[in-house]
Amino acid sequence: MARTPADVLRRALVVLVAALALAPTALASEQSPTLAELENEVNCPTCHTLLALSPAPIAQRMRVFIRERIAAGDTKSEIKAKLVDQFGEGVLAAPPKKGFNLLAWVLPFVGLGIAAAVVGVLAWRWTRSARANRAALPGDPSLNGHRQLDPELERRLDEELARYDG
Amino acid sequence: MAVRGKLVLQIAAIGAVCLLLALLGWQLASRQSGQDVAAGVDKGSKPVAPAFTLPSLSGEEKIDLADYRGKAVVLNFWASWCVPCREEAPRLQAAWEKWKDSGVVVLGVDSQDFVGDASGFVKKYGLTYPNVHDGAGSTLGHFGVTGFPETWFVDKDGKLVGERVQGPVSEQQLNDNIELALGQGAQAAGAGDGADSR
Repeated sequence: MARTPADVLRRALVVLVAALALAPTALASEQSPTLAELENEVNCPTCHTLLALSPAPIAQRMRVFIRERIAAGDTKSEIKAKLVDQFGEGVLAAPPKKGFNLLAWVLPFVGLGIAAAVVGVLAWRWTRSARANRAALPGDPSLNGHRQLDPELERRLDEELARYDG
Repeated sequence: MAVRGKLVLQIAAIGAVCLLLALLGWQLASRQSGQDVAAGVDKGSKPVAPAFTLPSLSGEEKIDLADYRGKAVVLNFWASWCVPCREEAPRLQAAWEKWKDSGVVVLGVDSQDFVGDASGFVKKYGLTYPNVHDGAGSTLGHFGVTGFPETWFVDKDGKLVGERVQGPVSEQQLNDNIELALGQGAQAAGAGDGADSR
C-alpha cells in the first residue's frame, strides 16, 4: 500500500509531461485568441451571463470589438484588459488571479485541504478506537467478537429465558 | 489541549459562516436600497439621490453628483446602443439649452457602454450637456434603474422628485419635472423663459 520512491517519481513525470503537452496550447491561445474562447471568458455587462450566451445589443457590439482586436493582433490578456478598462472587472467571467481576487482562487483549495485533513483525522481516530476496542476484547471464541455482558443483564436474561422455556 | 483545539476550530467555523452571512446580507441590502429608492420616487417620498463620482465621458475630469447641489439636475441614464436613447437625445439637448440659465443641469450617465461609442453618440446628436461614463453600471443598482433610457429629477437639496421616466422622456415630462425640481419660486421663472416652446 505504501508508495515507493519509484511510484512518486512516475507520477511526477506524468504530471510534468501533461503540463508540457498543454503549455503550447495555452501559449497559442494567449497569443492568437479566438472569439469563441473569449466569449466564454467574459460576461455581457447588461445581462451578467457569459458573452457566448447573450443576444443583447452590447454583447453584439463586444463581439465586433473582440474581432477587431484579434485582427489587430492583440493577445488575449490585452483584449481582456481593454474590456476591463471599459466595463470594470465584473466583465471577466473569472476573477483575476491577483490582489483580493486571489482569495477566490485559493479559498476553494484551502477549503478542500481543510476538509481532507478533517476527514483524515476523523478516519484515523475511528480506526484507532475500533482497533483499541478489538484489542480490549477477551479472546473467548464463544463471545463471537462481542464484549462480555454485564452480569446483572446476563442474570435478567437468564431469568427471562428460563420463564420462556418453562 | 485537544478540547481547546476543537473549540478554536468551532469558533473559526462559526466566524466563517457569520462572515459569509454578513456578505450575503450586505449584497442583499445594497440591492434592496436601489429598489427602495425607485419605490420612494414612485410614492413621491423624495428620497435622497444616491451619491456617485464618475469620470466625464472625455475622461478629463471627475464629476460628483454633489457638485450640483443647489441646482436642479435632470439625470439621464443612457447607452449608445440603446435605440430609444437616440429618440430622446435631441429633447434632452433642447431642455438643457432652455433651462441651463435657470439653475438646471442635464447630466447624462452613459452606462455599460464603450467610451468611444458614447463619444460618437454625443458628437452625432450635438449634446453639449455634461456626460459621465459608468462602464460597469455601478450606479444603476443604487438607483434601481431597470433599463435604458431612464430619466430622474434631483431637486436643489439633492432629493429625487417628480417621476422617474422609464423609456424616452417627452418634452412635457421634462418641463413638468424640471419645474418640480426647481421648486415653486423658480418654476415661474423657468415657465416664463420657456413659454415660447411649450
